[in-house]
Amino acid sequence: MAVTTSETAPAPGAQAPGPPAAAPERRRATRRPGTGPHRRVLRWRWPAVVPFFAFMAVCFGLPAGTMAYNAFTVVDPGTGASEHSLENVRTALSGAYATGLWGSVQLSLLTAVFATVLGTLVGQAVLASGNSALRKAIVSASGVFANFSGAPLAFAFIATLGTTGTVTRLLELQRTGFSLYTFTGLVLAYLYFMVPLMVVTVLPALDGVRTQWREAAASCGASRAQFWRHVGLPVLLPSLLGGAVLMFGTAFASHATAAVMTGSSVPLITIQIANALSGNVLVGQENLALAMSLNMVVIALLVITVQIPLQRRSNRWLG
Amino acid sequence: MAGMNLTATAPRGTRVRRRPWGSFVVLLLAAVYFLLPVAASLWFTVDDPAEGFTFDAYVKGLGDDGLATSLGLSVRLGLATVALGLLLMVPTMVVVALRLPRLRRVVEILCMVPLIVPPIALVAGVSTVLSWEQDLAATPFYRTFQLLQNKSFPLVLVLVYTVMSLPFLYRSLDAGLRSLDLKTLVEAARSLGASRTATLCRVVLPNLRPAVVSGAVLSLAMVLGEYTVAKVLGAEPFSVWMVHVGEFEAQVSVAAAMLSLLITWGLLLLLTNLAGGRARNRRKTTA
Repeated sequence: MAVTTSETAPAPGAQAPGPPAAAPERRRATRRPGTGPHRRVLRWRWPAVVPFFAFMAVCFGLPAGTMAYNAFTVVDPGTGASEHSLENVRTALSGAYATGLWGSVQLSLLTAVFATVLGTLVGQAVLASGNSALRKAIVSASGVFANFSGAPLAFAFIATLGTTGTVTRLLELQRTGFSLYTFTGLVLAYLYFMVPLMVVTVLPALDGVRTQWREAAASCGASRAQFWRHVGLPVLLPSLLGGAVLMFGTAFASHATAAVMTGSSVPLITIQIANALSGNVLVGQENLALAMSLNMVVIALLVITVQIPLQRRSNRWLG
Repeated sequence: MAGMNLTATAPRGTRVRRRPWGSFVVLLLAAVYFLLPVAASLWFTVDDPAEGFTFDAYVKGLGDDGLATSLGLSVRLGLATVALGLLLMVPTMVVVALRLPRLRRVVEILCMVPLIVPPIALVAGVSTVLSWEQDLAATPFYRTFQLLQNKSFPLVLVLVYTVMSLPFLYRSLDAGLRSLDLKTLVEAARSLGASRTATLCRVVLPNLRPAVVSGAVLSLAMVLGEYTVAKVLGAEPFSVWMVHVGEFEAQVSVAAAMLSLLITWGLLLLLTNLAGGRARNRRKTTA
């Protein structure tokens, strides 16, 4: 703060009485011929950004760094001595934990595909209706439902389709063998917040599909299906894949909905990490949780890198 | 082939006839899927198999001491997160946009990185760091660690939530800054003799209001519904209480879930009104 005032001090006195237009010039004039202009400028620029970088280093860098480091550290419970090894990562990729990781990937892939397709269909239906009031209502409803995830969502679904749920009792779903506390139940619940998220994400891209393109295709004799097959979808593809990546990441990271709804009956990596963390039985268990977390980060990174080149392509057409 | 010719000669006619039906069916199915759980949950809270229609769940829920405590904690955590996030991000992004364009990519990547690290992974790292407490017993850091984990207001949650809200804040502030001619605004303010703080508070911030409001509301909604981090770190905000109460009283927790939906809805309504009101005003003044 002191640096800022010392630099500001001459400004009000010099600028206030003079014509406003002269001020920027004067500032530039004092800055350019000086022997150390760069340093002087730097002095007041950096204080504003230092807190942000310090915060990131402590609150994000420290936990993330600890995760990466401890994932490769094994603590001997007897002696307390620690050594570097791949033991944790190997355990985290085998047996029940491998099943959990694979379950999470499957669930995320399936829900991402469904959410992308359904979200696009709903978005296109909203646009096609051409009703701006309807569009406004659906966009705001999507905002609400996209944020309605975690514990509240789990309870809403338990009340609807759970063992004593309203719809279960009404339609006697138990006789059909349906159970909410399964993989299928989780897909149903996840789509409840993922489809609205996709609608919000994809609407701007759908807006970019110009009516002129459609008219041009139609006047060349293309049917509606042909238009979408050869023009609409190829243009939208990068945005749709980008949306699918976002959907995958959202589903992959979510823990609360599954934890509250199914407990541990469906093996998912997020639930296994939470169990390992709260287990507090073994010292090594915590490092195992960190190794599983590291695996999650690696998968998320792999999936997100797919999106980067795609985004560039979609910006060219729909920007 | 005949069909194709038909669409070519009368594209408008076929479109008008065909489209509304398809979209109508899609929207109807979506409406059923999204409204059914809400309606069923509301019915679940007021329907007792033995007594029939009753508001017992709401009476019990509102009478529970845990509700006020946990909801209060959630709101305080949310407000603290929003305050910290804005204090960090607004000056940083304004200065980066104005003077340090080289850092733009770095700040963007740093703000988006929390999207790659799922909350459960982040909190696994955080709880490991917090477990160093015993080793630091002799140092001044010990008090910091205790303060961070204070049961009545766990500051560590504010820090983690702030990290988790960075993507929302970055996106909305970035969109807001792009829509402004920041350089001209700041130069005009400075040349009229405003100090840097005054420029930031009285010129830049009012122009960024819609962006600030939307970032803040999205972060607040995230914090109010957050379960994973709070549960692992042993705090009891609203969503953790909701699950806790559900172990004995399923109806009460469903009622709480509906309350949470209502809160989200109210917050986002507030957002559209605040941001929309601003846009309307601007249009009026330019017209």
